[in-house]
Amino acid sequence: MKTLDIKGEVCPYTFVKTKLALEHIKGSDTLKVITDHMPAVDNVSRSCSNEGHEIVSSKKINDTDWEIVIRKKLS
Amino acid sequence: MFDFTEEEIKRYSRHIILPEIGGTGQSKLKKARVLCVGLGGLGSPVALYLAAAGIGTLGLIDMDKVDISNLQRQVIHSTKDIGRLKVESAKEKIKAINPGVTVNTYTEAISSKNVKEVIAGYDIVIDGCDNFATRYLVNDACFFAGKPNVYGSVFRFEGRASLFCKEGPCYRCMHPHPPPPGEVPSCEEAGVLGVLPGIIGVIQATEAIKHILGIGRSLKGRLLLYDALDMSFREVKIKKDRNCPLCGDNQTVKDLIDYKQFCGLK
Repeated sequence: MKTLDIKGEVCPYTFVKTKLALEHIKGSDTLKVITDHMPAVDNVSRSCSNEGHEIVSSKKINDTDWEIVIRKKLS
Repeated sequence: MFDFTEEEIKRYSRHIILPEIGGTGQSKLKKARVLCVGLGGLGSPVALYLAAAGIGTLGLIDMDKVDISNLQRQVIHSTKDIGRLKVESAKEKIKAINPGVTVNTYTEAISSKNVKEVIAGYDIVIDGCDNFATRYLVNDACFFAGKPNVYGSVFRFEGRASLFCKEGPCYRCMHPHPPPPGEVPSCEEAGVLGVLPGIIGVIQATEAIKHILGIGRSLKGRLLLYDALDMSFREVKIKKDRNCPLCGDNQTVKDLIDYKQFCGLK
């Protein structure tokens, strides 16, 4: 699974970078996104769902960071 | 990964966010080469918006210099540009908006001698000219080269736009031959509402971007008519004419023609 570290990025670039990474991965692979911008946890998840991707999990992994696992929709 | 710089990701983020564009679409825009014929009322918004949108290469062809009477509608030029070549003035504004755009300028008069060579370097042509000789030359050259031609024209309070391409009708399907010089208004008689080419030019830029991205429904086979006084749009279907002298069954226009330049905006 590919990991995208977007710590330091804020909305909307959190989603923009996630979307670019999702466009790049193959088939229905999964992407792990690491963010330290709390609003992105909801916003990125919602935007990805709206585009048809599946949110596999989303959780806090330490004091500052969250992890979102997204499965790319089959095109 | 896409070869976008950090700056490009941020600059084009509102495009990339759109499901219909994304990184894939923005890459297409970056690779695209668009030729703007004329940097006047129509060419001004066309060049400004295509530059902002991230079109990789813009060709600008216009032999004219900026005149004070242009500034009421040709918004890419400023008062300080009076007397400068329009392509130089436009290039400066394009670079100020988006330094990432490659700009090629051509200042020679467009004619049957150079049009093929100029068009060959581009994927799509935007006709923002103000005379019949150039309009027919660009239409015919695009047909021979198999390049899409985004047509626009303005006159008084009315504007028109369409997309001519191999699969659809061309300008000659609507108007097989130029009108006789006496039947069109002279330059002095042909006023135009300043905002009108803004609207039509932006429609042309939209059609070019959609064509590059391969999204939406184009103006192919449709002539869009805009009336600023009535604030209304109308649409007329244009069919590929089997009797068209250029793209019909019995082609009579087999070479590029240099019609005598005469005024007339429509």
